[in-house]
Amino acid sequence: MPAVRLPTVLRTHAGGAAVVEAQGETVADVLAWLEVTYPGMASQLLAPGGAAHRFVNVYVDDDDVRYLDGLATKVGEGAEVSILPAVAGG
Amino acid sequence: MAAFESALDLIGNTPIVDVSALSPNPRVRILAKLEGQNPGGSVKDRAAKYMIEEAEKDGRLRPGSVLIESSSGNTGIALAMICKVRGYHLKVVLPENVSIERRQLLLVWGAEIIPSPGGEGSNGAMRRAIDLAEEHPEWVFLHQYSNQANAKAHYEGTGPEIWRDCPEITHFIAGLGTSGTLMGAGRFLKEQNAAVQVWAVEPPVGEMVDGLKNLDEGYIPELFTANDGFDLLDRKMIVRPRESIEWTRRLTEVGVFAGISSGAIMAAAVKAAKLLDEGTLVTIVCDGGWKYLSTGAWTDDLDDVEARAKGIIYF
Repeated sequence: MPAVRLPTVLRTHAGGAAVVEAQGETVADVLAWLEVTYPGMASQLLAPGGAAHRFVNVYVDDDDVRYLDGLATKVGEGAEVSILPAVAGG
Repeated sequence: MAAFESALDLIGNTPIVDVSALSPNPRVRILAKLEGQNPGGSVKDRAAKYMIEEAEKDGRLRPGSVLIESSSGNTGIALAMICKVRGYHLKVVLPENVSIERRQLLLVWGAEIIPSPGGEGSNGAMRRAIDLAEEHPEWVFLHQYSNQANAKAHYEGTGPEIWRDCPEITHFIAGLGTSGTLMGAGRFLKEQNAAVQVWAVEPPVGEMVDGLKNLDEGYIPELFTANDGFDLLDRKMIVRPRESIEWTRRLTEVGVFAGISSGAIMAAAVKAAKLLDEGTLVTIVCDGGWKYLSTGAWTDDLDDVEARAKGIIYF
C-alpha cells in the first residue's frame, strides 16, 4: 500500500496523522481514496477540471508528478506519495 | 590579472569544478559551478546586480532611494551589499527562523531587517513585503519573484558561462527558489542544444515551513509561469533535509564547502547519475557553508541536525 505524507494543513482531516496508508494504483486513485476516507481533504488539492492546483505539488517517490504522467502517474506498492504546498525560496 | 575597478565587477564568471569523485556512476560526470565565489557569497549576487542596474537605468532608483524586498537571506544579502556600495537604503522582510549568520550579514551591509513570523516561511515574508510596498509607493520594490532581470542575469551570465566551460553538458540541475537560475540558464542552454535536460530541485522544506494555514498560501513565482516553467523543466525532484545534510557533508570530500541547499542539489545529481546511462551533469553550488556553521550541519549528530533543520529555513 502506498504511504501518503500529508502537509501540516491537511493533517487535521486525518486525526493529526503525518503519514497515512492509502490505496490506489495511480495518483488520481490515491487522491480519490483520500477524499472518500477523509471527506474534504483531497477536494482542496484539485482545481476545477480535476488537475492538481498549481500551488500544490504532488510527488511520487520524491518526483513531481507534473513532469511524469500527472495524476495518471503510477503509484507502486511501496511508493511514497508526498503532498506539499509550493514554497518560494531566495 | 588586472585590478578590478569595483568589488561588484567580481560578480559572475564563477569557476566550474569536477566533483565526479562523488558520482555513483563512472559514465556520468558531475560538475559543480561554485556560486559561493561571488563577492556577496551566493548566486543571488547575479540577480541582485541585474535588478538594481535595470532599476537605475529606467530611473526608478535614484541616489538615496529606499528599497523593500523579502528574502530568506541570500537575495537580501546580495542586494544589501550592492545598496551599501551604491548608496541606497534597503529594508528586508526576513523570516525569524533563518540562520543567525544570514541576519548578521544583512547587518554587516547595513540593511534594515523587518522580521516576519517563522511559521509563515518565505511565502509569508513575501506577502508582507507586497503589503508594505503597497503602503509605501515611495519605496522601490524589485520583487525578485517576478522581476525578469533576475532570469536575465542567468540567461546572459550563468548560462553562457556553463556553455563556454562545459559544452558537453547533458543535464542542468539547480534549485527552484525564485526559478531565476533555472529559467534563465536553462533556457539559454536549451537554445544552444535542445537535448539538454533541465531538472529542478525543490528546496528542502522543513515542517515549520510547510506550516501554512491554507494550501492556497502556496506560491509559484510569477517568474516561473512567465517563462513557461512548466514546459521548460523536464523533471522536478524534492530532497529531504537529511539527504541534503548528508550530501553537504560529502561535498567536503572533494574540497567543496557548500551551503545546505547545495547539498540538496548534489543529492539530486547523484540520484540522476544512478538513473542515467551516461552524461555530464552541471549543478549549482548556490553558496558556501559559512552561513550555516551555527546549524552544526557538518559536525553535530546527523539526527540532531535533521531535527533542527525542521525549524530553520536554509534555502
